[in-house]
Amino acid sequence: MSTGTPLHVLFDRARGGERGALARLLSVAEAGGEDAAALDSLCAASAAPRARTIGITGAPGAGKSTLTAALLGCARRESQPVAVLAIDPSSPLTGGAILGDRVRMHHAAVDEGVFIRSLASRGQQGGLAQATSLGARVLEACGWPWILLETVGIGQVEVEISGRADLVVVVLNPGWGDEIQANKAGLMEVADIFVINKADRDGVAQTRRDIEGAIAARPGGAEIPVIETVATRGEGVEGVWAAIAARHAALEASGLLATRRRGRIAAELESAVMSALRRRVAVLLAGDAGLRERARIEAGASGIHEGARALLDAIVRD
Amino acid sequence: MTSAPKRILMAKTGLDGHWRGPTIVARALRDAGFEVIMVGMVTADEVVRAAIDEDVDLVGLNIGGHVEVAERAIAAIRAARPEVPIFCGGVVPPWAKKRLEEKGVEVFPPGSQLPEIVEAARRLTGWQAA
Repeated sequence: MSTGTPLHVLFDRARGGERGALARLLSVAEAGGEDAAALDSLCAASAAPRARTIGITGAPGAGKSTLTAALLGCARRESQPVAVLAIDPSSPLTGGAILGDRVRMHHAAVDEGVFIRSLASRGQQGGLAQATSLGARVLEACGWPWILLETVGIGQVEVEISGRADLVVVVLNPGWGDEIQANKAGLMEVADIFVINKADRDGVAQTRRDIEGAIAARPGGAEIPVIETVATRGEGVEGVWAAIAARHAALEASGLLATRRRGRIAAELESAVMSALRRRVAVLLAGDAGLRERARIEAGASGIHEGARALLDAIVRD
Repeated sequence: MTSAPKRILMAKTGLDGHWRGPTIVARALRDAGFEVIMVGMVTADEVVRAAIDEDVDLVGLNIGGHVEVAERAIAAIRAARPEVPIFCGGVVPPWAKKRLEEKGVEVFPPGSQLPEIVEAARRLTGWQAA
């Protein structure tokens, strides 16, 4: 794929089903900048049917990739095309990354009805990559009806996914934490479906009690499915797929899905403004104005806040 | 601002189960700032699909067992993404090394040093972390 191909040509080819063009567009989304912004506008104007975006999250090693691979199988048995954005962490030190999610999915990867893309988090906090949202919009514009977003293995509070997906599947394991962990804020609050994976191990009943105890007080908590799986053997995954479809339909019928999608627009707009602002600030700090303010502060002629105010004013005037 | 990291696909052709070499090479490439997409032991079709969908800038093949299997994968990658460079490691006999090099594939047989491989990745992708 030539990098010199105009964006709208690539976009048309990708919408026509050319995988290489779609792959190239996802790289454009990852690179950010002007081309990504133009791509975003193309997606917005495409009037494609809405995709169902499903977040899959949980601790490192919980079995997210294996579950995702098994869910691909479920979707394909219903002849549903399905795309995956699988995110792994970038090294904060070198920027490099090893993206290993595909290892568990390669049996599905030659199917024409499956598109898997690995993304490095590239410094983004919260378990996702900067390009996740635009990547999902590109896939949606290209007609993929199901998009699975597999997050980085996360701790308790990296719940960025809840603002980016229609619904969230949280993958836990037997012996995970205890009642106290289950009652902590964060991960437990964003789940629409719980999966206890590796359910052939000891402690399933206790983990189920902890989860059910934690969600009992949540509005609608009683409706949240808690499903046991052994994803490596495919056990229980059909139940997860059925629960995803059922929960998604219920969210849509109740109007909650529309509310969430409105919330997503607000969150993505804020995130786009913030990252544009961060870039502007970085340029400003490295330039003459930044040097001048730093020198004034160093010389005792100004305080940190006064300097910051001066730089902010420069951005607003610009 | 530096350009986005280049992406390298690491795949294994053939049926011997040694995953150690590719893993060590992948770590070295990661430490040099590359994004390394691992696909494990795969068929030629699977390598090609990953090279397309992942829009990689370089493909690394670990050759285990028959060189002919790797050659089939190389031919398939060349057909689908002719602009993407390929390099190989693993147990490659001298006669096969020559044959692969004639196809424009760089070969790193056992005993190759990690810095050589990292340097080759930088040269083949035209990219270096800042």
